[in-house]
Amino acid sequence: MRSRNTTAVSAIAIAATASLALSACGGAGGPQAAAAGGLSDDKVVIGLLNDQSGVYKDLSGPNSKVAIQMAIDDYKAKYADKAVAKDIEIVTADHQNKADIANSKAQEMYDRQKADIILDVPNSAAALAVATQAKNKKKLYINIGAGTTALTGASCNKYTFHWAYNTAVLARGTAGTITQEGGKSWNIVYPDYAFGQDMNKSFSAEVTKNGGTVGQSIASPFPSDNFATFITKAGEGNPKVIGSMHAGGDLINFVKQFNQSSLKGKVQLAVGLMFITDIHSLGVDQFAGTQFTDAWYWNFDAENKKWADRFTEKTNTRPSFAHAANYSAAMNYLEAVQEAGTDNADTIVGKLEGKKINDVFLRNGEIRKADHAVTHDVYLAKVKSSAPEEWDYEDIEKTIPAAEAYGEANPACTMG
Amino acid sequence: MSEFIQYTLQGLAAGGFYALSALGLAVIFGVLGVVNFSHGACYMLGAVIAAVLLAELSLGFWVALVVVPVIMFGFGVLMERLLVQWLLALDPLYNFLLTFGLTLILVEAVKLRYGVSGLPYEIPAGLGGQVTVGSVNLSVYAIFACVFSVVLCLAVGLLMTRTRIGMIVRAATEDPGRTRALGINVGRWVTPVFGFGIALAGLAGVLAAPTRAITAEMGSNFIIILFAVVVIGGLGSILGAVVAGFLVGLVEAYGVAYAPAYAQIVIFVLMAAVILVRPSGLFGREEVA
Repeated sequence: MRSRNTTAVSAIAIAATASLALSACGGAGGPQAAAAGGLSDDKVVIGLLNDQSGVYKDLSGPNSKVAIQMAIDDYKAKYADKAVAKDIEIVTADHQNKADIANSKAQEMYDRQKADIILDVPNSAAALAVATQAKNKKKLYINIGAGTTALTGASCNKYTFHWAYNTAVLARGTAGTITQEGGKSWNIVYPDYAFGQDMNKSFSAEVTKNGGTVGQSIASPFPSDNFATFITKAGEGNPKVIGSMHAGGDLINFVKQFNQSSLKGKVQLAVGLMFITDIHSLGVDQFAGTQFTDAWYWNFDAENKKWADRFTEKTNTRPSFAHAANYSAAMNYLEAVQEAGTDNADTIVGKLEGKKINDVFLRNGEIRKADHAVTHDVYLAKVKSSAPEEWDYEDIEKTIPAAEAYGEANPACTMG
Repeated sequence: MSEFIQYTLQGLAAGGFYALSALGLAVIFGVLGVVNFSHGACYMLGAVIAAVLLAELSLGFWVALVVVPVIMFGFGVLMERLLVQWLLALDPLYNFLLTFGLTLILVEAVKLRYGVSGLPYEIPAGLGGQVTVGSVNLSVYAIFACVFSVVLCLAVGLLMTRTRIGMIVRAATEDPGRTRALGINVGRWVTPVFGFGIALAGLAGVLAAPTRAITAEMGSNFIIILFAVVVIGGLGSILGAVVAGFLVGLVEAYGVAYAPAYAQIVIFVLMAAVILVRPSGLFGREEVA
């Protein structure tokens, strides 16, 4: 016992020392404002903070670095000798879907790695933690991967932008359209955590607003593998539509088990949030006919396809909307630096606000000044019954115009 | 009433699957006294290997049902020979930590090779569709999985209680010293039994492949439920694992039907209640606790 106690004591001592050392590091350094004009530290540093190893790895993860590098290459090719930013560096970190890790990594990026901007940050809790850091450090932050409307609502701030989508957009696109087209009675199953609860609220509100009814909203534990009984329960009362608000592995479990239930073919399945990587992993036939809102699709038109081909050359996989959005955000940031002649965050915010953009990701895009939501056209997609080629999984049924998808600016946002 | 029957049937179907999945955990603990935390990871490996066999070699479900347990048996033997055996003499906590570490390595390795969004797998031909009686229905595959599991659990039960091998293995666990004195090489049986337990985990993985998401993390949550099953049934008891498997399946189904948000908590409330009344589980031996 003696030796064990000694080990335990020394382990505690090591842990304590390590945490002291860490907090000392956290306190060191501080935001270095760029001199009026010119670049801080003579270079532009883009921080990519996302899930590099967990459930969101495939839909964004390491391949977003490739997308950002494409933006840097395009920027350099476009401006060559005239480029304001000649030295551009990407730093990456894995937040492991934990808000506390995202918080400390963001701090490290801004302070010690001299990041001028942080991109991506899927997972709503992590996304909100980084928004607070951006506000405190007065550095730019463009969120892409997270869905929470709080980023452009109660937690909005001058330095935070939300580029690709949010839960309200998904609800307007999917619930709004399906209800208008006759799917009036819904039952919703949602995972019982912040994202799922948020989605359930947004979807229920949108169904009701369009003259439909939600019979039951059923919370399922998160994560969960056995949905058979949830599906039976969701089928009670003979709804026309069952909405699944699950993501990742839960979504795949739900859809597999829905397909094996007697409801398949009788009830329409609507999915709250889906990425092309989900369809790829489950197989297109399993999702066939499912409707969902997509922020961008690689095979939508020639421009998207051309960009996707470049991406595929480097990664051997087709891009998700998050990859394209990371490219678009990085490109527009660099354009703003070029225009301003500096990477000073306040100056760049001025250049970005109100800017109207049409690029490979944003169609009829506008960086809304009031709440920093980047509004753009989104798409109601239906999964094909079979794939003509690998990754060609979606039929775009309808383009939802930016104004309809994003509605009015969020009144909860005060730019505090 | 038909709804009640519907939920009961779904609970039983899930229960059969839980029983088979927990069986390997019970066998390994019963014979070696090892709490194998990597059981969930081995279950995951079983499903992943089945998916890879299908994708790379076009070997379907029925082949996987035979091939995967064989591969996993080999994996279990290696695991026991290379790692587990060296810690058997020490506090059980050491092997618990070893298998926990192994779980992390296996999960990350699969993530590195196959990504995180999962692999596709389909219901085998002939097992699709539903059986409907009145307003009650159940998918053919769920019925198959349940019957298959129960038959296998019974076979393992008979193997352990009615055959010479089973007798030796049980004697070796009850009293290794005296069994050795009777001229039986106890050590010889430890490795195959461990491999057998791992093979059962792999088999459960194959059975799960058509109905569940095949991802590196698929075992991480599942192992928690399996531990609840073996604790309720009594650590190391095969009959206990089977009975508790069905009990947990039913409790979960009724939970979903009547209090959906608490469906999983109910399982652990049941576990806590069983431990309070019978610390060694429903069918556990007192000395185990």
